[in-house]
Amino acid sequence: MTVAEQSAAVQPADVVTVTVDGIDVRVPKGTLVIRVAELMGIEIPRFCDHPLLDPVAACRMCLIEIEGNPKPQPACAITVTDGMVVRTQRTSEMADQAQEGVMEFLLLNHPLDCPICDKGGECPLQNQAMTAGRGTSRFEGHKRTFPKPINMSAQILLDRERCVSCARCTRFAEQIAGDPMLELLERGAEQQVGIGPDAPFDSYFSGNTIQICPVGALTSSLYRFRARPFDLVSTPTTCEHCASGCSLRTDVRRGVVNRRLAWDDPEVNEEWNCDKGRFAFQYLDRGRVETPLVRESGGLRVASWPEALDIAARGLAEARGRTAVLTGGRLTREDAYAYSKFARVTLGTDDIDFRTRVSSDEEARFLASQVAGMPMGPTYADLDRAPVVLLVGLEPEDESPIIFLRLRRAARKNSVPVVVMSPVRTRGTDKMRARWLPCRPGDEASGLAGLSQADPGLVAQLSTPGAVILVGERLAGVPGALSAAAALSASTGARLGWVPRRAGERGALDVGALAGLLPGGRPVDNPQARAEVAAAWRIPADAMPSAPGRSSAQVIDEVLSDVGRAARDEPRVYDALVISGLDVADDPRADDLRRALEGVPFLVSFATHHSEVTEQADVVFPVAVVSEKAGSFTDWEGRTKPFSAAVRGAQTITDARALAMLADVMDAPIGSGDVGSLRAEMDALGRWNGPRPSAPDDRPAASTEGTALATWRLLLDRGRLQEDEPHLAATARPVEAVMSESTATALGVAGRSTVMLASDRGSVELPLRIDDVADGTVWAPLYSEGCDLQALGLRHGSAVSVTGGAA
Amino acid sequence: MATPLTPVITAHWDVPDLFTLEGYRRTGGYRALPKALGTDPDAIIGTVKDTGLRGRGGAGFPTGLKWSFVPQGDGKPHYLVVNADESEPGACKDVPIMMANPHALVEGVIISAYAIRANHAFIYIRGEVPQAIRRVAAAVREAEQAGYIGTNILGSGFDLRVTVHSGAGAYICGEETALLDSLEGFRGQPRLKPPFPAVAGLYSVPTVVNNVETITNIPWIINNGVEWFRLFGTEKSPGFKVFSVSGHVVRPGIYEAPLGITMRELLEYAGGVRDGGRVKFWIPGGSSVPMLTEEHLDTPMTYEAMAEIGTMLGTGTPMVFDETISVVKSVTRWLEFYKHESCGKCTPCREGTYWITEVLERFEHGHGQDADLDLLNEVCGHIMGRSFCALGDAAATPYPAAVKLFRDEFVAATRTPVDESYPPAAGYVFSAVGAR
Amino acid sequence: MALDEGVRVQMAAIVERYPRSRSAVMPLLHLAQSAEGELTDEAMRIIADALDLTTAEVAAVATFYTMYKRRPVGKHLIGVCTNTLCGLLGGDAVYDALSDRLGVGHDETTADGMFTLERIECQAACTHAPVMTVDWEFMDCQTPTSALDVVERLARGETVVSTRGPEIRDFEATEHTLAFPDDGLANQGGEADAIMLAGLRVAHELGMSAPPVPGQEP
Ligand SMILES: Cc1cc2nc3c(=O)[nH]c(=O)nc-3n(C[C@H](O)[C@H](O)[C@H](O)COP(=O)(O)O)c2cc1C
Ligand code: SF4
Ligand code: FES
Repeated sequence: MTVAEQSAAVQPADVVTVTVDGIDVRVPKGTLVIRVAELMGIEIPRFCDHPLLDPVAACRMCLIEIEGNPKPQPACAITVTDGMVVRTQRTSEMADQAQEGVMEFLLLNHPLDCPICDKGGECPLQNQAMTAGRGTSRFEGHKRTFPKPINMSAQILLDRERCVSCARCTRFAEQIAGDPMLELLERGAEQQVGIGPDAPFDSYFSGNTIQICPVGALTSSLYRFRARPFDLVSTPTTCEHCASGCSLRTDVRRGVVNRRLAWDDPEVNEEWNCDKGRFAFQYLDRGRVETPLVRESGGLRVASWPEALDIAARGLAEARGRTAVLTGGRLTREDAYAYSKFARVTLGTDDIDFRTRVSSDEEARFLASQVAGMPMGPTYADLDRAPVVLLVGLEPEDESPIIFLRLRRAARKNSVPVVVMSPVRTRGTDKMRARWLPCRPGDEASGLAGLSQADPGLVAQLSTPGAVILVGERLAGVPGALSAAAALSASTGARLGWVPRRAGERGALDVGALAGLLPGGRPVDNPQARAEVAAAWRIPADAMPSAPGRSSAQVIDEVLSDVGRAARDEPRVYDALVISGLDVADDPRADDLRRALEGVPFLVSFATHHSEVTEQADVVFPVAVVSEKAGSFTDWEGRTKPFSAAVRGAQTITDARALAMLADVMDAPIGSGDVGSLRAEMDALGRWNGPRPSAPDDRPAASTEGTALATWRLLLDRGRLQEDEPHLAATARPVEAVMSESTATALGVAGRSTVMLASDRGSVELPLRIDDVADGTVWAPLYSEGCDLQALGLRHGSAVSVTGGAA
Repeated sequence: MATPLTPVITAHWDVPDLFTLEGYRRTGGYRALPKALGTDPDAIIGTVKDTGLRGRGGAGFPTGLKWSFVPQGDGKPHYLVVNADESEPGACKDVPIMMANPHALVEGVIISAYAIRANHAFIYIRGEVPQAIRRVAAAVREAEQAGYIGTNILGSGFDLRVTVHSGAGAYICGEETALLDSLEGFRGQPRLKPPFPAVAGLYSVPTVVNNVETITNIPWIINNGVEWFRLFGTEKSPGFKVFSVSGHVVRPGIYEAPLGITMRELLEYAGGVRDGGRVKFWIPGGSSVPMLTEEHLDTPMTYEAMAEIGTMLGTGTPMVFDETISVVKSVTRWLEFYKHESCGKCTPCREGTYWITEVLERFEHGHGQDADLDLLNEVCGHIMGRSFCALGDAAATPYPAAVKLFRDEFVAATRTPVDESYPPAAGYVFSAVGAR
Repeated sequence: MALDEGVRVQMAAIVERYPRSRSAVMPLLHLAQSAEGELTDEAMRIIADALDLTTAEVAAVATFYTMYKRRPVGKHLIGVCTNTLCGLLGGDAVYDALSDRLGVGHDETTADGMFTLERIECQAACTHAPVMTVDWEFMDCQTPTSALDVVERLARGETVVSTRGPEIRDFEATEHTLAFPDDGLANQGGEADAIMLAGLRVAHELGMSAPPVPGQEP
């Protein structure tokens, strides 16, 4: 909340009057002097102050005069009291002198290497030296020097001589991220930022330290010496990596994204983001599909747009009604909407699914009843003061880092109780000061269902207004879990938040890129719903598919069965597939999907990058990556965050535009496909107000026998969008198997340094670590370097064989 | 009428086994404890308030008042922390107290903890004085064995644990909030105040931090009462003080006398300046307070009188220098000390001491520049009152005081190395007469 | 750190003293030095593990305090106070003499690993200037001659007794004392020395004493 918002919200009793530079203002009691001055447009110079960090008043740059106090006081640490009279450097000689003195001290040992410094041009030290400093230095001694630069991690570099010891980075690491791996070392003039012996600053949030460093001391391997601020064109954007919904700033130099920063969005990411969002963008320019391609004598050749459109149109027209659309979870809301419409209008099918991950029919029913097209909420702000937040099947530090930061702050600042029902007590659990409810993988459903018996205290907390339950992606693979979560929410009144992993999932769901659901959460089998959509789309209501289509899993099954059907001369269910940005390896049934892609007679791919899909496609259309287009993502809260193209004048077109062109050629138009008209259409449609299907009521499955696998995707893993980021990859968490002491003993692997996890399809050897894990369970990352568990046919809750590896 | 010496804390230091429980008891030790435990804690706080006892750690804050800031009945644990980090250049009174009479400190700790309702007390002793640490630790163990520390002490229902903690070489850890951070296992850097330790101290709960000498006063206050205590000293500076007199005096050592004694009197007791020489400059309470000259020898050593002449009583540990000593070199050494001990947290102290030291070292070698004389004053002015804690203020103290009194000497050091003007050997206490 | 079971037990005993385990970091660092004569990376890792801290947090503390040594210290750590009072009253000469004799400068160790020499700050012993410490035990009122004699005797393996403490052992032994101060040596070093008693003796000579408690016999 800004000071202004706060003042609007509080009672007059909490408001005090202070005078700053002769002007009276009324502000909430307890506001810091420096914030009051900001509110009034008075800039007090500062280095250590940061509105989101606890004050330290270490740099002494912000000294101001407070009437009645003989010594200048740090504006960043003094809270206002009624009647306080403050004089800043503008009206106080004392303050001005003090600031000038501190600035001179700061520059004493500073190398003044601005011409070769990354921060030059956007440097608080540089700027404030101009406003608050003296023209020349009176110091004639030897400046402190350090050997240049040292690695804090593979990604973060430190030039120690530039550091002003403001401790922003170290406070960020400790307070915000909860990763005190970056610390002040040594003492006095030797004081410097550093890491522990052989213990790099491998925090998921490390990049934020670069951004808040008020000098050029911290830089990234990725950006160091790459550009100067005045060469860059900056655009506010929304992060495409996960469903946290971070506002970013994308800096482009000559058409190439050079850097991404966190943008201040107080309601979402505040001023932070994770390292994936900050550093993983090389993919934007690598391995791109640049022209349309068509299949010819077994290979792909370059084709013109008209030719490619023509071939695709013919193939799809023949397959009308026998085509399915798989969109992946990464589309913008606008593009997803175009697929939704294209499928129904042009292809005459309801067989569309955005899920390339573990999914289920239960999940689809859960989403239809609880999430699709629902108003926003619960929100980040709801987490700040919730009486309790229960997480199930969600490891926010890996799967939605901004939720993690919010919950950590809520716990730290507001003592919000966080409870994690999970097989593993992770570092993240501790950093959120969370209570760990151990739960074997696969037992989440019974765990939730049995909560009122097992933990009535928690159920009582959940029944307090404002309580929140957050469920994650992997619950889709646990029969009965989403049903149980919905039931718990219904019985307690706790608000339920569904946290998908990918940025495009919530938007795709809301606009109907899921079989059975039309835009706004309209059930396809509801005539009224169909009529509303048909009217908006200007097609006859009876032209709309009226029965719910098939999910991606069912599509894959049918395409595989089609091979047999064809052999038996029976009609195929599918003659064509339309596929957008998905990575085959992301699918839990990647091998089946591969065979389906090979087996389907006609495959149209809209692709940003060459992939296993484009390799099999009959027609490939090149489409724009997120930096080249306008669009929006809807975050897990249901908040839609629009953005415009960061790379101006890119020649690429969006999925939506390409679909529109194709629809035109097929004579079943869906509009122009431009962002403005798509948004207008979606807005006009609005959300469904009619009846919704009831929540699923699936039964829990029996507990997994033997050793159950707990798994999820680490934030930094083999994800396609993280390709070509060696520095980032080097900061990933270790790939290892984790289990409890007693499990290790029971399995006879205690004392082993590695273990083998095996399925009937193969095995993987991983280092073993003993930690707090539910008994009878082993945890390993789903899709990390050297550990692709889905390829072994394993998923969260699977039975897995564990044997000892190296001694 | 000359002020007499009044040994109280030091009265039995010549008893050979005073540092043992046995020896301390024989001299009347641990008589205050049962008396205190039979008294209401608030009454003890009231008594200490009434004595007007002021903290002996340097700042002179009224001890009883500090104790009364501890919120009572707040349901939180409270802690007593004894500041035994004595590292101020010139100060050497707490270490001798701990070596000679550790049980008096321990008895004071138990009573003080009882008064502020602390069930755990810490004695933070600088690490460089193992013999003092041993003696205090042994005293604590003996007191435990005697039932003075532990559960239900002397049947009073009062429980106390005492932990002796060794520092590791950092002057700043004498600053009370830095000490608390250090004791919590962090770097010893000072904390933002408020909140003050009495409200949020060790582990963020109410904590009293007191100096060794302050706490050692307590048993006598309990035994002998307010009226007796106020027989010593002045209205604003009541009580007795353990003065450590060091430097060029005939008999350096520990002299206990009422506050208000003059330096001339102390000097006389100490046999005067060695070799019949003259006082060139002296410092009443550690290098952090401004230096004085002969002309101030008759000012009473009280908090108020010292303040009036522009200095401070500080730790009450006078250092005396005769005319063989270079002021330039003395100040340079002290600044090297402050530079070495600056914690690094705040800019003025960290960078300012770096700057001043560089310039002063040029003076020491006869390379000072005239313009530097004022520049240094300005730099000190940019530290004074602007640093995070009082260490910065202390670092900004020696030079302005010295240049005011001995400007010529600094001017001379723009041409002549100080070792030429002041041959070092002349200052050595073994130069003429050999080792003492 | 030579991490035998014994050290583990000692670590646990230290942690026990404090309401929160992190407070034990300083004594544990002393303990580590007593085991290895310096503070190694490995020791910091072990302490970090024991206290559930990052190694950076341990390093932040270890590098702040001057008594923690990140390089091997000689068998004996010789400190000479060269702060103003001791230094100008003769500590400088004592330091120079030792430096010449040992052939090392500040914070350096003799090739035979016997001695590390340091300039140290004020030791709260100004009345006993010039002050030297051996393994942090007081060697008060030194002259260059007496200091050299101490070093010679230590070099020959002869007994040297602190002027106000026990017989000199070695650096590691003192570090162990700092972790476990109750080492049985508290009674060594005897009563207060003449300097500490200076005032009391004058008072006795002059018949001075503190006033009696009002209403009580003196
Ligand atoms: C840099 C610095 C060093 C200090 N060193 C000591 C010290 O070694 N011993 C001490 O008792 N007080 C020291 N103090 C004062 C303490 O902060 C605090 O005022 C004192 O311990 C309170 O105890 P008292 O009220 O009994 O004097 C120091 C203060 C500063 C700023
Ligand atoms: S004045 Fe500043 S740098 Fe110096 S010791 Fe205090 S906080 Fe640290
Ligand atoms: S900004 Fe206030 S002290 Fe640094």
